[in-house]
Amino acid sequence: MAVIRDVIPQLELFQPGTADDALALLSEHGSDAWVFAGGLDTLDWFKDRVKRPKVVVDLGGIDSLREIRTTADGIEIGAMARLIDVVNNADIKAQFPALAFAAKSAASPQIRNVGTIGGNIGQDTRCWYYRDGWTCYRAGGNICYASPPTAMNREHCILGASRCVAVNPSDTAPVLVALEAEMVIRRGSSERVIPADEFFVGPEIDIERMTALEPGDLLMSIRIPSKWAGARVYFEKVRDRDSWDFPIVNVATAIKETGGSIEDVRVVVNGVAPTPVRLTAVESAIIGESLNEQTAEQAGNVSIQGVAPLTHNGFKVNLMKNLVKRSIRDEPMNA
Amino acid sequence: MSQEIIELTEETAQQGVSRRGFIKGAIAASAAVSSSNYLFRANGGALLAQSAAAGAVERLITVNVNGRSRRVQVPPMETLSTTLRYTMGLTGTKIGCDRAECGACTVLVDGVSHYACSTLTHTVRGREVTTIEGLEGEDGTLHPMQQAVLEEQGFQCAFCMSGFIMNTVALLNENQSPTRKDAAEWLSGNLCRCADYDKILTSVERAAAITRGA
Ligand SMILES: Cc1cc2nc3c(=O)[nH]c(=O)nc-3n(C[C@H](O)[C@H](O)[C@H](O)COP(=O)(O)OP(=O)(O)OC[C@H]3O[C@@H](n4cnc5c(N)ncnc54)[C@H](O)[C@@H]3O)c2cc1C
Ligand code: FES
Ligand code: FES
Repeated sequence: MAVIRDVIPQLELFQPGTADDALALLSEHGSDAWVFAGGLDTLDWFKDRVKRPKVVVDLGGIDSLREIRTTADGIEIGAMARLIDVVNNADIKAQFPALAFAAKSAASPQIRNVGTIGGNIGQDTRCWYYRDGWTCYRAGGNICYASPPTAMNREHCILGASRCVAVNPSDTAPVLVALEAEMVIRRGSSERVIPADEFFVGPEIDIERMTALEPGDLLMSIRIPSKWAGARVYFEKVRDRDSWDFPIVNVATAIKETGGSIEDVRVVVNGVAPTPVRLTAVESAIIGESLNEQTAEQAGNVSIQGVAPLTHNGFKVNLMKNLVKRSIRDEPMNA
Repeated sequence: MSQEIIELTEETAQQGVSRRGFIKGAIAASAAVSSSNYLFRANGGALLAQSAAAGAVERLITVNVNGRSRRVQVPPMETLSTTLRYTMGLTGTKIGCDRAECGACTVLVDGVSHYACSTLTHTVRGREVTTIEGLEGEDGTLHPMQQAVLEEQGFQCAFCMSGFIMNTVALLNENQSPTRKDAAEWLSGNLCRCADYDKILTSVERAAAITRGA
């Protein structure tokens, strides 16, 4: 852990009551502004004085952003819905239980009482070199401290690294990618809607960000189309202890089957790369196949093609292989 | 400048102030003064800056703690644990990690468990905060969980205790017959460095029994 410096430098705080006011503030202050949702990722950065925006825009007073509603085509979750709201929402539990299960697997009860779904997918990586304020690539420098053979990189990438080897730590993100969710983003008065797989960006696109959100942007909501409602969606997370811990690897697999064979499938893993990764090679290898042990085995084997583990995280390769296999072989747990 | 930060309208002439209460008040005032110097050094004149834009916050706010509304000066980036301990003198709330990782600072906000170290005081305006100091009844009756902890000797060093008790209060408000497993899961956001988990869970069971009148 970083040295504890418990007094946060005095930044200017705004608590707008409407999304329009928040958007105006974000446009006005651009890259000097920081969006504050539940604050559980944010406050670490401020306490450690690693991130020092000038202005903080707290979304907590904007009630409309907390709504979870059913729409003509699925469910729309306000960015400020808390993880506990996602866990308990009856419509989400009925249609997308894997999402409620993933939200429940994140962090600890007190964090889920406050942390939001928008913050969960917007959260930064947990790479400790970066979080402790080392001037690595992600912090604008020109080195990665986690990739040399002597580095502590048990939790880092086995896939998709590009200079930076930090991973995306979100538990809800892979489920949202599997369910083909869309992110509704506003900037000023314009709105754009982007698919979840494009929302998460890797270092090859922008090494200093984890998502497509840019200064001035506000994530408004997450839309989950009804396409996968009621389908067989498997989520599993492996972590060091049963509370608090981030995923070492997690998997979200959505399957539509007809007559025992796989009609449509999406397989997504997280904790292994800078973004949640959709394993398209696995998907094409098993589509049309029977939903059985052999297919599951094959999926696991394909999932690890091309992995590039670091000094201390080779174990993640087997972990991912077995999680992918289980996600196809076993019934979803979802409770 | 130090005046800026100390609590403004907290009643100082309360009747029958206990000696302990008085000493606490004095400590709170001096701690507030020193942290004010710290803030001032760190940030120069910016503390005085106020913006008229929509949503700009005032620093003099009302916070409802344990059923009392208190007017306090709160810098925008102050955490609730800091305000409770160093401005209000409510030192029953502990700060362990200051990073949402231990639960020692758990308090209730509108009945829901929050890590006070990771909550900005400005976000609880207009809401009800309950700390360990607010559990005892007017007549001195302990909350069932406080009573249970005494009877079961639930904690060793007890640094984690306020957090566990507050989170258990939230649990018992929802479920008066938790199993040990329910309780363990509910309390999984609280750590005990003395590893008294077994006794803590036994205390929760007893508290539930007292609550049910069993
Ligand atoms: C000890 C600990 C353990 C944890 N364990 C896990 C875990 O196991 N699994 C897991 O998935 N997560 C875990 N987390 C992360 C936790 O779930 C997140 O911190 C939380 O969900 C973030 O939500 P928040 O509302 O507090 O976000 P904040 O901290 O307020 O925001 C996080 C980021 O998202 C941005 N942001 C948030 N909302 C918006 C919006 N509407 N528009 C634009 N930008 C936005 C913020 O600017 C910020 O950059 C853990 C966190 C802690 C502290
Ligand atoms: S002090 Fe708040 S969780 Fe540790
Ligand atoms: S009793 Fe010592 S930390 Fe819990």
